[in-house]
Amino acid sequence: MNKYFKTFFNGIITENPTFVLMLGMCPTLAVTTSAINGIGMGLSTTAVLMLANLLIGILHGIIPDKVRIPSYIVIIATFVTVVDLVLQAFVPSLYSALGIYIPLIVVNCIIFGRAESFASKNGPLLSLVDGLGMGLGFTGAITIIGLVREFFGAGTAFGIDVLGRIPGFTPISTFIMAPGALFVVAILTALQNKLKAPSATNTPEGEARMACGGNCANCAGAAFVHNKELIDKRNAQIEAEKAAAKKAAAEKAAAAKMAAAEKAAAGAVKAAANAGGEVKK
Amino acid sequence: MIAGKLFIVLISAALVNNVILSRFLGLCPFLGISKSIKTAAGMGGAVVFVITIASVVCSTIYMTLLEPRGLTYLNTIVFILVIACLVQVVEMVMKKMMHSLYEALGIYLPLITTNCAVLGIALENVQEANPGMNRILYSVVNGVGASLGFCISIILMAGIRERIQFNDITKSFKGMPIVLVTASLMAIAFCGFSGLI
Repeated sequence: MNKYFKTFFNGIITENPTFVLMLGMCPTLAVTTSAINGIGMGLSTTAVLMLANLLIGILHGIIPDKVRIPSYIVIIATFVTVVDLVLQAFVPSLYSALGIYIPLIVVNCIIFGRAESFASKNGPLLSLVDGLGMGLGFTGAITIIGLVREFFGAGTAFGIDVLGRIPGFTPISTFIMAPGALFVVAILTALQNKLKAPSATNTPEGEARMACGGNCANCAGAAFVHNKELIDKRNAQIEAEKAAAKKAAAEKAAAAKMAAAEKAAAGAVKAAANAGGEVKK
Repeated sequence: MIAGKLFIVLISAALVNNVILSRFLGLCPFLGISKSIKTAAGMGGAVVFVITIASVVCSTIYMTLLEPRGLTYLNTIVFILVIACLVQVVEMVMKKMMHSLYEALGIYLPLITTNCAVLGIALENVQEANPGMNRILYSVVNGVGASLGFCISIILMAGIRERIQFNDITKSFKGMPIVLVTASLMAIAFCGFSGLI
């Protein structure tokens, strides 16, 4: 039981996908114009994440390793289509507010990252719990960002008028436009850096934690296994070059030392010869 | 008449509704690969190439296979698979036929498969209810426009980042935060284009 709680809180706090891992930045920035939109997007993603993790957890060991990426894509896309149709039927207002970002849950790296790094290695039940934890962590984070933007940009919180009651108040409408999203996230990461809170932006190992690399903001395009190999190869190459350069430098230094020693020895011999000469004289 | 319409679609996709700075599609490569102008231009070129081809292929499949059979609800699944295969095919063809182009754009191609801009533009092309012209033509122009918008903003960003490197920045803003603030200011500047149409 303890294992399940640990996995659950891992997603919400320790490895919060938005604040700590910086995964899935596109929906985080795009749909957080209000807290309600944040909740809607977060819960849709949670549903997809749980269902996809559950199914991939059940199928792990059955899907051959070579075709796992296309299989995961089909599984995730299927659940996204289901969520898309459900929202269209039952919550049309949210559906039109989120628009194209619902089908784009398919390419959200949180879902693929969890499938690849967790669900493909653990049982279905643990994967389901992981999906729930990660999903709720994401929901909480984007709701908070949405709340901040809505509060300053429209003067409301969850649609209830707050700042508007102050006479003469004008909302800073930039906050609910595109620049506001980038600005709020910038301030947030700066605060994390200041408080030394763990985040992918200030820990060097932040990038290596997940199979896909984690850290969307620093990611060279959602990095899957295919290009992980490429990147690893490149890093290895850079390392090898560095090592070679170091070796060359060391050799050069050694050679210089040797030359200096030889010079000194030659000098000594010369001095000895001179001394000998003097003695002869 | 049609040329004027196409021009409006192009400008609207490239500048007014800039794919990164106003719609946040493809934000990961925008923040990740914008450290130098050279790599940014490489990525931009690869994105223009892939989005244009993906727009044509996805719209054609939508028009000829999905719509007549009433299967439009399958578009997300079909498009993501088509794009994933397409990128692989483009990579192979390029490697064989256009080696110099492959050398220039090759490493960026696999990164694009899951770039949300590609799927986003493909979906947007078919969701536009009444494009007022042939849908495939509209898709091509919209795709080219959007990917040019991507190119413009990633290259501008790389240029600014190359300069920022030498500036004295407060410690907590070093790294990602200053990049996000820069992007935010660029987004404000791009808001100015909304008066164009």
